[in-house]
Amino acid sequence: MAQMTTATRLTGLRAAPGFRQRLDIPRRVVFLAAVSMVAIVVLLMGFIAWQGVQLFVKDGVGLGAIVSPTWNPLADGGPEFGFLPFITATVCVTGVALLISTPLSVGLALFLSEVAPNWAKAIVQPSLEIFVGIPSVVWGWLGLTVLVPFLASSFGGQIVISLPVVGTVFSAPGFLTGFSWLAGSLVLSIMVLPTITSVSYDAFRAVPQEIRTGSLALGTTRWQTIRHLLIPSALSGVLTAVVLGMTRAAGEALAVQMVIGNSPTMPAAITQPLTTLTSQITLDMGNTVFGEPWQDALWTMSLLLLVISISSVVLVRVINKRRMGS
Amino acid sequence: MINGIRRLSVLAVAATVVLSACSSSATASPAAPAATDTAAASAMSTTAPSAGGTVNCVTGSITTAGSTALQPLIQDAAAAYDAACSGATITVNGGGSGTGLSQVVAGSVQIGASDVLANTKLATPDADTLVDHVVCRQGWIVVTNPDVTGVTNLTTQQNIDIWTGTDTNWKQVGGPDMPIVLIFRPQSSGTRATFKKLVLGGATEASGGQTLTEDSNGAVTTAVTKTNGAVSVIGFSYYNDPANKPLLNGLQLDGVDATIANVGSGTYKLAADGNLYTKGAASGLTAAFLDFMMGPQVQGTIIPKDSYGPVVH
Repeated sequence: MAQMTTATRLTGLRAAPGFRQRLDIPRRVVFLAAVSMVAIVVLLMGFIAWQGVQLFVKDGVGLGAIVSPTWNPLADGGPEFGFLPFITATVCVTGVALLISTPLSVGLALFLSEVAPNWAKAIVQPSLEIFVGIPSVVWGWLGLTVLVPFLASSFGGQIVISLPVVGTVFSAPGFLTGFSWLAGSLVLSIMVLPTITSVSYDAFRAVPQEIRTGSLALGTTRWQTIRHLLIPSALSGVLTAVVLGMTRAAGEALAVQMVIGNSPTMPAAITQPLTTLTSQITLDMGNTVFGEPWQDALWTMSLLLLVISISSVVLVRVINKRRMGS
Repeated sequence: MINGIRRLSVLAVAATVVLSACSSSATASPAAPAATDTAAASAMSTTAPSAGGTVNCVTGSITTAGSTALQPLIQDAAAAYDAACSGATITVNGGGSGTGLSQVVAGSVQIGASDVLANTKLATPDADTLVDHVVCRQGWIVVTNPDVTGVTNLTTQQNIDIWTGTDTNWKQVGGPDMPIVLIFRPQSSGTRATFKKLVLGGATEASGGQTLTEDSNGAVTTAVTKTNGAVSVIGFSYYNDPANKPLLNGLQLDGVDATIANVGSGTYKLAADGNLYTKGAASGLTAAFLDFMMGPQVQGTIIPKDSYGPVVH
């Protein structure tokens, strides 16, 4: 609307009879699209929230009970719905995935934005787009067929990483099966790589060209420009990228479920099987009955995932607001 | 404007193609309505000859959902019914025993398939509205990775020791020196509930540590074939699949071979009825299809082919 008033030619047209009516139809269509999108989101959140609180309201499970480390819906003394193993596993698996993926993705984004000659960009960018398009089931299947047996056969014994002077820095029992926290994190790190790369790339491209040329004119090397100017200026964009990657990783169900082993235990070693929130939901949803406490517990987990996703949206907004402010 | 309308109509045609392609069901039927209503009351009823008996043909459309262990049987039976009769659409969905029971109670499907009895999953008022139709016997087999050599039989007590975590190495039951990797179905699974009841005598299974959980017969089979020292429980139909059998080591239970014959004679104890539930008494196409499931073609031909056992009277 605002743009139209600036164009005098359009102002003239508006006076012509019938124009307003013709203009109205597209306006209504796009308005309807916007309204239905908001309506879907609101209905969805309302439904998940309603189902998610049933565990506390209808089934009388205390809020404290869900942070217990015991998940045993068939326990002899009544069901125990402790979500702590799933919550910590989601955090741990996502965390390690980001630790692996972030340096790779940011490095790749810097390469694309600052270093790559055009012909290299012409290869790397389409490859990234293909990466995005690969369905998660394919990543999971690859992990199941290649990664899991590889981990089991290559790292069967006790895994110890020792450094001179410092001594042992890492020690874990070896992989018995290959289905593990690490397998889940590795699959996820590949899946979030394109997300973090493309958002970081946009952040680096958004840094004005004058900063680069000015910096180079002062005699700095390309690395010094990147280190002291580009990374600080693009930091909030890179953080946004990492948060978006985190959301993707925490919400991924299928690929993780295929390689993680689905054992409802507290994370202790990177070589052990775990269960995340998403994988537990997919495991149990088909065999539980709508309205029973067990399924209500799964809805509560969905609500938790929704809260995680809303928090990350808020986080991204806060980060971006700060960027705009500075 | 005309150009816009033309584009819009192209879009509409594309959408129609997509929609009609997606709404085809397990048993393809010309111009099948998406509705899952039985439309039974006004349905036309005819009889048609088929391989081994006459089939009571009723037109209409019904949907089944539930147990994935029973799904191969229902799918083949539905295809055979469709081959014998025209005008009937039987859509077969999986989803798990719990899904089958809750959807049939809710009235969103006409038949809910379950490995376990309805009253073990549903509250009494809901379970009482359902009518059970036992259509087959189904058996499960304890399988290991083929690298567990020298183990061909486990007794009930050995199974209890293994699955509760008392025995953790195959050498304790006469196998190689290799850790036992337990691969469970989810606690909510009908297969797991049946195994726990019939073999473990209700004992609490080991959990955590290096135990794995996989959510379908297919996923369990893949995990067992890929994991050294793995043991799990799968349905006969999956074990006898020629693609799986060479990759698995199937075990006897208390010295009894896991065969349909032994399920039928009652000597192999890891077996249960396959239950198809209807809400209230079945009518129309639902009743005709359930009759067909009990008829000679399904009981005599399809059930043995898919590694199920005929109903024990």
